[in-house]
Amino acid sequence: MSAKRLSQGGRIDRDQRIKFTWDGSSMTGYAGDTLASALMANGETVLGRSFKYHRPRGIMSAGVEESGAMVTVGQGSRRDPNVKATMQELYSGLAASGQNAWPSVRFDVGAVNGLFGRFFSAGFYYKTFMGLPPMEWGSGTGLWMKYESIIRKAAGMGVASREADPDVYDHAHGYCDVLVVGSGPAGLSAALTAAKAGLDVLLVEQDCELGGDYLNLADDASAKKRKDLIAKLEKAGARIMTRTTAFGLYDFGTAGLLERVTDHIASPDKHLPRHRFWTVRARQTILATGALERQVAFGNNDRPGVMNVAAGRSYLNRYAVLPGQDIVVATNNDSAYATAAELANAGATVSLLDARTVISESMMSLVGNSGVNLHTRSAPLNVRGSHGVNGLDFAVASSNGWSAQGSESCDLVLVSGGWSPVVHLLSHRGIRPVWNAEQACFVGPDEVNEPIYMAGSAAAVWNTDDCLTSGESAATKAIKALGGKTRQKAAPVAGGWESPIEPLYEVTVPDRQLKSFVDPQHDVTTEDVRLAHREGFVSVEHLKRYTTLGMATDGGKVGNIIGLALMADAQGKEIPEIGTTTFRPPYTPISIGALKGRNVDGHFRPLRRTPMHVWNLDHGGTMTMAGLWHRPWYFARKGEGISEAYVRETETTRRTVGLCDVTSLGKISIQGPDATEFLNRIYTNAFAKLPIGKARYGIMLRDDGIVMDDGTTWRLSETDYFMTTTTAHAGKVMVFLEELLQTRWQDLRVHVTSVSEQWAGSAVAGPKSREVLEACVEDPAVMSNEAFPFMGVINTTLKGGIPCRIARISFSGEMAFEVYVPSDYASALMDLLWGVAEPLDGCLYGLEALGAMRIEKGHVTGAELDGRVTIDDAGLGKMASPAKSFIGSAMRDRPELMREDRPRLVGIKPKDTSQTFNAGSILCAEDKVSGLGEGWITAVTHSPALGHWIGLGFISSGYEAWEGKTVIAADPVRKGNIEVEIISPHMYDPSGERMYG
Amino acid sequence: MIRINCPFCGERDHTEFSYGGDASIVYPELDASMEEWHDAIFMRENIQGMQSETWHHANGCRMWLVVERSTMTHEIQSVRPAHEGNAAVLSKSGSGGEQ
Repeated sequence: MSAKRLSQGGRIDRDQRIKFTWDGSSMTGYAGDTLASALMANGETVLGRSFKYHRPRGIMSAGVEESGAMVTVGQGSRRDPNVKATMQELYSGLAASGQNAWPSVRFDVGAVNGLFGRFFSAGFYYKTFMGLPPMEWGSGTGLWMKYESIIRKAAGMGVASREADPDVYDHAHGYCDVLVVGSGPAGLSAALTAAKAGLDVLLVEQDCELGGDYLNLADDASAKKRKDLIAKLEKAGARIMTRTTAFGLYDFGTAGLLERVTDHIASPDKHLPRHRFWTVRARQTILATGALERQVAFGNNDRPGVMNVAAGRSYLNRYAVLPGQDIVVATNNDSAYATAAELANAGATVSLLDARTVISESMMSLVGNSGVNLHTRSAPLNVRGSHGVNGLDFAVASSNGWSAQGSESCDLVLVSGGWSPVVHLLSHRGIRPVWNAEQACFVGPDEVNEPIYMAGSAAAVWNTDDCLTSGESAATKAIKALGGKTRQKAAPVAGGWESPIEPLYEVTVPDRQLKSFVDPQHDVTTEDVRLAHREGFVSVEHLKRYTTLGMATDGGKVGNIIGLALMADAQGKEIPEIGTTTFRPPYTPISIGALKGRNVDGHFRPLRRTPMHVWNLDHGGTMTMAGLWHRPWYFARKGEGISEAYVRETETTRRTVGLCDVTSLGKISIQGPDATEFLNRIYTNAFAKLPIGKARYGIMLRDDGIVMDDGTTWRLSETDYFMTTTTAHAGKVMVFLEELLQTRWQDLRVHVTSVSEQWAGSAVAGPKSREVLEACVEDPAVMSNEAFPFMGVINTTLKGGIPCRIARISFSGEMAFEVYVPSDYASALMDLLWGVAEPLDGCLYGLEALGAMRIEKGHVTGAELDGRVTIDDAGLGKMASPAKSFIGSAMRDRPELMREDRPRLVGIKPKDTSQTFNAGSILCAEDKVSGLGEGWITAVTHSPALGHWIGLGFISSGYEAWEGKTVIAADPVRKGNIEVEIISPHMYDPSGERMYG
Repeated sequence: MIRINCPFCGERDHTEFSYGGDASIVYPELDASMEEWHDAIFMRENIQGMQSETWHHANGCRMWLVVERSTMTHEIQSVRPAHEGNAAVLSKSGSGGEQ
């Protein structure tokens, strides 16, 4: 291949020279070039090495189907592997390099693989390495993994950067009446027709310019038509997106688009995202996605210098590069003729091999007038040359197939094996394409059960003018479907060539071994397909997986049809009998960055902060994640770490008073005449007689009898309750209550409202808690033990006129209150409480101390109520009323849930009290440290009150069964095994004197 | 992306909703037998075709809806409020949600 840049013509801007580097060498191209066209103009031919055999590869196409020129673009953290050079626009300073080769793509040590080609055939890895003797006694995948890593290094593609991605990606959403995919003649005319009818049209084009095949045509009339269509389209108000790929079609007219915003810019504005991931909901969709030219399998058809014919035309007319001097064009259809003539007119010597016998007069004169040497009934057999094309052996049609017939020297071979309409997006919808034998291609079915229309060459319409009509016709269907008035335009029939195509998939002659590629990107050869057939992998789905045909980054754009044809031939069937595999999104690869968008780092998930967040930080709080919430973990004083801080906070709270932000608890307002009845049904314990001004601890079960959540519910009036839930289950409980009221119990007059965000709350716990609140409320009399007994609820006013509701409830086991104020008063509440508590030698405490105190008391949380635990398992069986039915009451009596030996909540302490142990350890009998054990540990803390480490957990039959026995807390991968004792979970103040006092 | 025409909010992406379950289940009385509850909770038809199911407009109006959806094509035949009182009010006011 000896390509040269032409001095005129093309769509490049010769006034804008662009410098770039290829494998470290400086080169120059022009604005309007792709990396591929610029490299071609600079005389580069070997641009990559193949996946398995490390064969030299060059440019094979001018588009998204590229399988040879896969390169790495960018450096450092912006290194992007497997970029198709044909799709990469050139920009100043672009640094590209070859990949899958060492030391370079020109001289690659790995090419030795090619000598052992027969060992690397389909299924080679499985057959060879998984069957080796070590595998049999290795009883595992260890050795296979070793072989696999070696194989992976030898095979493969580019290497991604290991650094964090410095770019920003965006997600965006869109709506339109009509989405038109592709801006060739059909797409432009479809979009224009729909826009002129007043519809909201979105036209997306993967290329940087509109026009599709118009861009590859040299004649003035086409250029004028294109310009004219675009001008009219802009005037009609259609929205146009270039550099945007519709990579997938989904349910209800949803399309996924990838907009490449900055990949073509040398130094993009740092505020621009690299890619935008669009979700577009379209009422109607027109697919004018064009067609891709097929290869033919013949010997060495993967050599640099073998391309499809349309690519030759594109490089000549769009990029002003004459891709070769001595060119052989091989075809089985009319589409190659114009290209052959144009190449000859541009000064190349051109031979045209046509596999067909009958060729129309006008085609013959088209090439004849340009001096093209036409050979009918001829086809390419084998390419000569190791790193490029030196010559081509021909074959001629004989009575029983092909026979060899001389050769010719040449530097470029252009091949057209026919055209495959891009039906990928239709296939994403589960719509199977059907085989059109006349045009030798798959097309969409006539009847599609969704508002999706194929137009132009995507519907196998080959003539440019017919494509305009086809686009118009599709648009009129869309307009009609949306209720618009229009005259239905008939769609042109598929076809348009003067003489029919003659299917040609493989050229081979008897007694000659050829290396003919079907899927060059994954190095799948014709022999691999036949081997798969011989070994019984005859279904297309098996063929695909066994040979990896069509599983490369092009998703089978190049090789699928040839593979199907060869399999059909081997089975003596026709292609439609073999079927086709399903194309799946994405049509072309999309970046992981675009999928994640801005959902990274701090935005990986939503962050919830309480209205006391800043106050907590200002007072020395260290935060931790509790679900989505940021909650205070501990409040370290000078010189303290977490261990010192939470022990001090626990000790202080039990001695004087502690304050803790409990805003994240779920809070639900339950109102209505039937609120009492409702609560009585959802809680296991009786709520029917809860007096106004009292709170009650309650447990809810799921329908299946397992504990769902616990919390307190406060009765504010006859018809008004305030429910608190755990932080973790707030959302779930709310959804369940809504479901019950709206579906099962529609007769109950109850309204539930989430008020979690409306109320901010603090726990005030410890012997001096009442003293603190007395100093904070406007009327201290409301705080007396008589006026405000344990589980009492009051609505009152804090100093400064802050409205509040207070309940005397305790999670810490101390005398304690929960104080709630409207969220805006959160800081004022804390200032008020802390202003009193601090001089009383009180403290602020966080989750760690909260956890320590509740473990000491044996109070359960989400760690224990993990969706497997029954109310009896949690030791709360007496909370289930035998006198009424409630959600879960029938199912909790299932025999399995009533077994005596179920794991029950217990306390745990180390036998040697100087020892510690870990949550997550398995509890095992002393003589049987194996298997699933007898139980598990859910939570562990150091207990300042008891002076040693304690834990909560579950063990079969409960603590009574293990009294006096040694149990092993097994933690083999972390701490090792520790001897522990099983005790009652109520480890501190079991009678509750401190709480009631 | 399934699009659900919420009778209260209009047509929205399914990501605003959460799936409930089989809407044809009639839950027994709370004091019904364990066998009745067992059947209501665990026994499900694996329907091929139109299925009546509940969806919760969790990131919208918080209403539970009954949706008739084809399990084969996702085609949605009808959407109505699960609560019959709400459904009656909507049909009286003649509004099926904004289209």
